[in-house]
Amino acid sequence: MTLMKANVIVKLKSAVHDPQGETILRALEQLELGRVESVRQGKFFELTVDASSKEEAKKIARDIALRVLSNPVLEVFQVEIES
Amino acid sequence: MPRFAVCVFPGSNCEEDVQYALQSVLGEPTDLVWHKDPSLEGYDAVILPGGFAHGDYLRPGAVARFSPIMTAVQKMAEEGKAVIGICNGFQMLQEAGLLPGAMLRNQTLTYICRYLYLRAEQLGSPLTVGLTEGEILRIPIGHADGNYYADDETLETLERNNQVVFRYVNAQGARDDTANPNGAANAIAGVTNERGNVLGLMPHPDRSYQEELGTADGRKLFESLIAWIKERN
Repeated sequence: MTLMKANVIVKLKSAVHDPQGETILRALEQLELGRVESVRQGKFFELTVDASSKEEAKKIARDIALRVLSNPVLEVFQVEIES
Repeated sequence: MPRFAVCVFPGSNCEEDVQYALQSVLGEPTDLVWHKDPSLEGYDAVILPGGFAHGDYLRPGAVARFSPIMTAVQKMAEEGKAVIGICNGFQMLQEAGLLPGAMLRNQTLTYICRYLYLRAEQLGSPLTVGLTEGEILRIPIGHADGNYYADDETLETLERNNQVVFRYVNAQGARDDTANPNGAANAIAGVTNERGNVLGLMPHPDRSYQEELGTADGRKLFESLIAWIKERN
């Protein structure tokens, strides 16, 4: 078994409006850090997974992301295994 | 006599308010049940109280839904018994898939704790059978994540099926932007499942059951719950 890093990004679905992202965008405008069209805030999780292969690590991380780290009503996720 | 269970999770903080309202004020036997208890046998209704079960670190209710007692809550829902989620309890029922939708952070991004007005949108639910058509209630909220979200199709279904039980309104009973505290879609403050026996609401009847608390309107919701159960037993 080997320890592997699984990076999980959880994002709001594009149809879901994002009060936090909208507030950050307004702050950027006030700071005159312009030219930003929109901001979407999400979550990033770095899991250290004990698995026998990259495929298995990805499967474990995907299962955790689906069941716990994201809410499918609001969010989508992506999983990458660091080599 | 109906028997009530109130689930207690690490981080719950409204369980005794619910118990006091039901037991000491209204005289109904009400037990506090620890979240690791796998059974709710013999109870006519279960209430998931407000608070911060397991903390809100990931999402409110996201961890609580894996507590052993949630299997028993699910079973009660399937049996058609009353399952009520107040505030954090509402969020748990959404995370568990027992109620539609999910909560976004409040539009203001702040924790909001204040009295406001609700309108009863239908009178068949476990918390509204004792109310009058369109009745306006003054009941407080206290939450950071009560911005009700569901996709357009789900919202349409909820409206068509009369699953929206409570809406945020102004003192005159009308919907307007200032009356909606958190940005909730369709000003939704409470919904039921399709069958009508599982109900979640963000406002706290457990903080408004006698005049000393500034309003006794919450008491009508508990009285409705008792009446709803007695109708069925």
